[in-house]
Amino acid sequence: MSEGLTFHFNVDGEDFTSAGQASVMMKKNLRQLGLPPEIIRRVSVAMYEGEINMVIHAGGGVADVNVTENYVEIILTDSGPGIKDIEQAMQEGFSTATDSIRSLGFGAGMGLPNMKRYSDYMHIDSEVGKGTTITMRVNIN
Amino acid sequence: MKISTIKELLDANTVCGEEQLSRHVYSACGSDMMSDVLAYVKDQAVLLTGLVNSQVIRTAEMMDMNCIVFVRSKVPTAEMIELAKESGIVLLTTSKRLYEACGILYSNGLIGNRVKD
Ligand SMILES: Nc1ncnc2c1ncn2[C@@H]1O[C@H](COP(=O)(O)OP(=O)(O)O)[C@@H](O)[C@H]1O
Ligand SMILES: [Mg+2]
Repeated sequence: MSEGLTFHFNVDGEDFTSAGQASVMMKKNLRQLGLPPEIIRRVSVAMYEGEINMVIHAGGGVADVNVTENYVEIILTDSGPGIKDIEQAMQEGFSTATDSIRSLGFGAGMGLPNMKRYSDYMHIDSEVGKGTTITMRVNIN
Repeated sequence: MKISTIKELLDANTVCGEEQLSRHVYSACGSDMMSDVLAYVKDQAVLLTGLVNSQVIRTAEMMDMNCIVFVRSKVPTAEMIELAKESGIVLLTTSKRLYEACGILYSNGLIGNRVKD
């Protein structure tokens, strides 16, 4: 595993029902690799929140996951509207989601804070009108 | 608390996972907002919710929850049942409302819940 393993997923922005499929698949992969359950859960939840965000805020995107000896890295890339004020977006409860999104159980403004909480490293690179790339790492051990 | 006890206390019906009713849950979480559920960390918890869509099942799957109780007589869709079966998650439905269902479980000793840090 010293070279690292990579996984790539397309996240369909059209279909809320299928959102999260990439995270479910990744969770299965991590189980097969035999990582500790706590690490698997943290990676899964962080990736799932990010995947949902790409669907509800950015019209979909791609997810790349690298599993190395020391950490699991998740890179989420979209060509959506971008995030104008990242500091504000990171605040618990801040959300631009519509009522229709809220009625689907998301849009509580907890996604980015959850991603931060579950990862050991998180960086958001975003440009308005261009898109967003979020990199997260969860350390193993 | 055994899942079968939850079923009894809430006068619930089993939608799927009948063969897993002897499994235990050690904590509970009641919410219609999935990010609130995802903010909460505990193994072997039961999720109580009035929300009905596939994300409820995926949220439980992400959190390693082994039982979901749908309140207010909400009925999960065929697709949700399929996803739950794949993930080995027990689905129950009760006519009780969220507040009441949570209160019953809480007063019967299913207490532990904690948000990380
Ligand atoms: N990939 C993204 N593209 C554009 N905007 C985003 C993206 N992810 C998050 N945001 C913005 O940041 C806000 C906060 O995100 P989050 O904490 O996940 O809360 P929520 O998704 O519940 O609104 C969102 O409401 C949205 O405005
Ligand atoms: Mg979100």
